Amino acid sequence: MRITELFNDGQFVVTAEVGPPKGIDCSHVVKEAKEYLSGIHAVNVTDNQSSVMRMGSLPVCVAMKNAGLTPILQLTCRDRNRIALQSELLGAAMLGIDNILCLTGDHTRMGDHPGAKPVFDLDSVSLLHTVSQLEKGVDLAGNELVGEAPKFAKGAVVSPCSDSVDAQLAKMERKVMAGAEYFQTQAVFDSEKFISFMEKAKQFGKPVQLGVIIPKSAGMCKFMNNNVAGVHVPQHMIDALAADKERAKAGITSVEIAAQIIKECRPYCQGLHIMALGWEDKVPELIKLAGL
Amino acid sequence: MLITELKSKEILDSLTQGKVFIINCHGCKEVSFPEKEAEEFEKALGDKVTGILTTDYVCNIDNLPLRLEKHAAAIEAADTVLVLSCGVGVQTVAEHLPGKRVCAACDTYALPGHQGVTPLEHECDQCGQCYLNITGGTCPITACSKSLVNGQCGGAKNGMCEVDPTMECGWERIMRKLKQVDRLDVLKCPIQLRQYNK
Ligand code: SF4
Ligand code: SF4
Repeated sequence: MRITELFNDGQFVVTAEVGPPKGIDCSHVVKEAKEYLSGIHAVNVTDNQSSVMRMGSLPVCVAMKNAGLTPILQLTCRDRNRIALQSELLGAAMLGIDNILCLTGDHTRMGDHPGAKPVFDLDSVSLLHTVSQLEKGVDLAGNELVGEAPKFAKGAVVSPCSDSVDAQLAKMERKVMAGAEYFQTQAVFDSEKFISFMEKAKQFGKPVQLGVIIPKSAGMCKFMNNNVAGVHVPQHMIDALAADKERAKAGITSVEIAAQIIKECRPYCQGLHIMALGWEDKVPELIKLAGL
Repeated sequence: MLITELKSKEILDSLTQGKVFIINCHGCKEVSFPEKEAEEFEKALGDKVTGILTTDYVCNIDNLPLRLEKHAAAIEAADTVLVLSCGVGVQTVAEHLPGKRVCAACDTYALPGHQGVTPLEHECDQCGQCYLNITGGTCPITACSKSLVNGQCGGAKNGMCEVDPTMECGWERIMRKLKQVDRLDVLKCPIQLRQYNK
């Protein structure tokens, strides 16, 4: 099922993100997703996230689908040129994967194979455009596809708390031009910033899912503040995590913080995207506490 | 060697809507410049042209300010400064006229051999589809680590590039200039796709 149908239905769409393993056995990932993520609408499967080599997104999407979940195929432009990307999309459509999320991708230099060639033949915008072409029954070079054209729910990302909101909005507009139908955001910790971003983003008329990371510890927050683009955890949250180590360790404070952000932002967005980063088991509790 | 070639008539028309000041760079000898075509094109513009500066080594930052100063009034009177040179020349002029809309009238292609005498601050990869007109005169191919031509990626932190925190994000520079000349609207242009066979 395409998740755009849920947005059209007026539902508050909840998704979460899982990463394929660095190995040939993905049963653990699927089992965890089944156990903790069955209650939500769909599950993103990352594409060699942070430029670290793992099993591909597509096979894990298929395993998820076979387990009864709705997968979203993440597709980056870092490792494949326009021929390989289009070929992957046709394969995904054949396998019944009809939700995709198009990203530019982190640079190869950021991952565990820093010597790899960065491709970036396309970028998130031109990849969305490519998908829109395929849906019209032609490839990027204008050649006709044989038989039925694929149809995807085309997603993209945006970073509402970035230092350069104008650049983000300009790019968001280009993504909409290229065919993006829904957006997932980078992790938000500052509700006010998110709300003022949404004031400007609503002109594009596309559903936006609030991105949330469950903050595991004060140390993790400081690390993200120093190293992760578009993420800024306010000091009072870091203090709360540092204050009661026992509660923080058990994830209680973490889930409370994330739930609070969701409650504050919910009236301004159309869904939620959870990046649990290994804390998938906390997702059901978070959903409950956020009142979803 | 490099070859500069005039952009299509359609694009040149869109760049010359208002008054134009023209800079021709007859270059270093490594660059082949379309002199005849340029002359015809400039003649056809008639009284849209507020002035013409024809020079060599427009990228020479020791001489450029003085040369521009001589034409200050004509540059001031123009809506667009149109530069006919390789990508490095256009970038150098754009940097020296921060409040002005500076556009590239040519595409720059590579040929084997010596690449000419260019200053280190600006680079041109001779991509053959010069993007400087949608980026306010900063080259997205060389100033962005991923050579992105449709906008900033999500990786910039505090204005710096995700790949190299000591390097300013090229798209940060591009956005700054576009705001300065009040031309953010150029980012509504059609989806850009590089052609690597150029
Ligand atoms: S966009 Fe950059 S690489 Fe391409 S021709 Fe212009 S200056 Fe050169
Ligand atoms: S951070 Fe800026 S310069 Fe670096 S890859 Fe992204 S857009 Fe390009």
